[in-house]
Amino acid sequence: MIPRHLLIAVGVMLLAVLVLGFYAGRVRNRANLPLPAAQDAGPVAPPASGPAERVTLYVAHDDAGVLRAHAANIPLPAARQQRAEELLRALLGAYLAKDSPHPLAPGSELRAVYLVDPGLAVIDLNSAFANGHRSGVLEEELTVTSIIQTLTANIPGILRVKILVDGHDRDTLAGHADLSDVYDANAVAQLAGQLQ
Amino acid sequence: MLDQIHPLRHARTGFRILSLLFVLALSAGSADEKKIAVFSPAATYSITVIDRDGREYAGLLEMLEPLGKVSSIIDGPRWTLRYNQIDAEFTNGKKRARVAGHEFDLPANFLLENGRGLVPVASLNYLLPRILGTAVNFNPAARRFFIGNVAVHFTAQLTRTTPPRLVMTFTAPVNPTVATEPGHLRMTFNRQPLVAPGTPTLTFDDKTIPSATYSESNGLSEIAVNGTVPLMASFSNDGRTITVAPAPQQAVAPPTPAAAPAGTSPAGVAAAPNAPGAVPSAAPLAPRHFYAVIDAAHGGEDRGVTFNGKLTEKDVTLALARRLRQELESRGIPTLTLRDSDSNLTLDQRAIFANTAHPVVYIALHASAAGKGARIYTALLPSGGENNGPFVAWDTAQSAMLASSQATAQGVAAEFSRRQIQTRTLSAPLRPLNNVTSSAIAVEVAPPDTDVTDLTLPAYQQNIASAVASGIAAMRDRLGAPR
Repeated sequence: MIPRHLLIAVGVMLLAVLVLGFYAGRVRNRANLPLPAAQDAGPVAPPASGPAERVTLYVAHDDAGVLRAHAANIPLPAARQQRAEELLRALLGAYLAKDSPHPLAPGSELRAVYLVDPGLAVIDLNSAFANGHRSGVLEEELTVTSIIQTLTANIPGILRVKILVDGHDRDTLAGHADLSDVYDANAVAQLAGQLQ
Repeated sequence: MLDQIHPLRHARTGFRILSLLFVLALSAGSADEKKIAVFSPAATYSITVIDRDGREYAGLLEMLEPLGKVSSIIDGPRWTLRYNQIDAEFTNGKKRARVAGHEFDLPANFLLENGRGLVPVASLNYLLPRILGTAVNFNPAARRFFIGNVAVHFTAQLTRTTPPRLVMTFTAPVNPTVATEPGHLRMTFNRQPLVAPGTPTLTFDDKTIPSATYSESNGLSEIAVNGTVPLMASFSNDGRTITVAPAPQQAVAPPTPAAAPAGTSPAGVAAAPNAPGAVPSAAPLAPRHFYAVIDAAHGGEDRGVTFNGKLTEKDVTLALARRLRQELESRGIPTLTLRDSDSNLTLDQRAIFANTAHPVVYIALHASAAGKGARIYTALLPSGGENNGPFVAWDTAQSAMLASSQATAQGVAAEFSRRQIQTRTLSAPLRPLNNVTSSAIAVEVAPPDTDVTDLTLPAYQQNIASAVASGIAAMRDRLGAPR
């Protein structure tokens, strides 16, 4: 004779297994579905978690064709990779704001930053960012330098930066700034100095 | 809501990292990795072939993704794919499949691995027409897949000149990788849907260039030109014509940009051939020295910046290039222009033609609506690029001349300042500056004031061209003579 409390315990465990299995299946199917197109023009908001930290954003200003360092307080998570992503999302947010000094195309968004190798950062931006970017050597150079300098100035240890668009290599941003090669962080820092 | 998003976001991040590692692993893979090359009007790409149980498989999702809107759903062993409005259903370990409501059998079992649906390569020829709704042509031996009418054909004709020249004319621009070895010049076409001529071996009844052979394998096609002397290839007619001829002997005549798609100074080389009959027959390969190479950026379908409905960057740069050539020649500076019509060259072609001409200075011209006056750029060199002995890394080929380029930029900027034209000197990640082996600058011209149409003012263009030419002329002693 099996004790009643044992039967109840086994029953509860079986029920839990079934519920978790159903939940896991749902999550896996949703992960395989195509992602819905972004509806809003702004990037994903930084998470509320993480203490606000003081960072330096290198913001392009079209009126004078320069980069200017702006101090900002933004909430940053502890993990290095997530910090890099939230940092650049804050920068893109500044460019997508109504009074942007260097407007980007609506829907411009950072997909991810990968710190895949010591010293190498891979920035993945979406196609709205690149396809809608204004064409011109200076306009494109300001954008690329702003992104890379903001990243390398605030996340230590990045020596090289590669920019992808929708996860793919792209020849140029909008006909001029080269995206096919890997940027040297020191060279970009010098360029940022020229542009200030 | 946040509780639902976070697991999915972590799953996406993990998937992206895995995808990136997968891509990096692929790029680092061996050269003989099996691939299928796909040529379509929408995209040209290649996907990896996977061996399973002695059969070749390919990922169906990867095959279709560049061609249209595609998604997949996994439901246990069942894998459902939707391409535009067409549904295709497969079952892991089963041959039976259903596409657009019609059932049929694959030549081998469908495989579902880590969420990827793999189909036998042998099934693509009849599977994809049902999904794409268009005709396809698959050569399984060469693993080349043609969707729609994209094939590029070519003809080859040997001119009976001294020395002989093999003129190959293509139905669309091509950009093969060219390699020379004793007895052969090989052109490998990675991204062009080149198809075989009537016979794979073409014979010409000539001692210098006796034959050429067409072959294709693993997604690539190749034309090997056989010669009894070292051969060289040159491109013209916007990449639609390749002329193969004996390489000039260094002691007799240095390499010339004879086939560059160029307008040249009156003392320059003959114009590029536009058709086999237009090849400069028996043209003497005399030494030509160009001091300056002018590159009007963009052209053809690449319009550059569109300033308003009609005014485009490619037209402004072409007009500036013509004026600059005139200004340089009036100062006794032999000049080669890479583009003298509404044609386009790839960035690599521009660098190749410039390097082949061995000029003292390369000047790229751009135009912009941003700011005022002119900006002068030198190369921002990318990371990496190790030189090995005499072999110079392509991406950092400019490194040895960067100081000279910066001095040139300063010299030209000084002339702009002297004429009270607002100017800045900057480095820029602007190809092909980093690929050029001579002093190289790019001049981006902005309007004199706020009206962008002023870029077309003849007086303004002439002033800009004159300033650049004077700056170059003033630097002549420091830059030295043509190599």
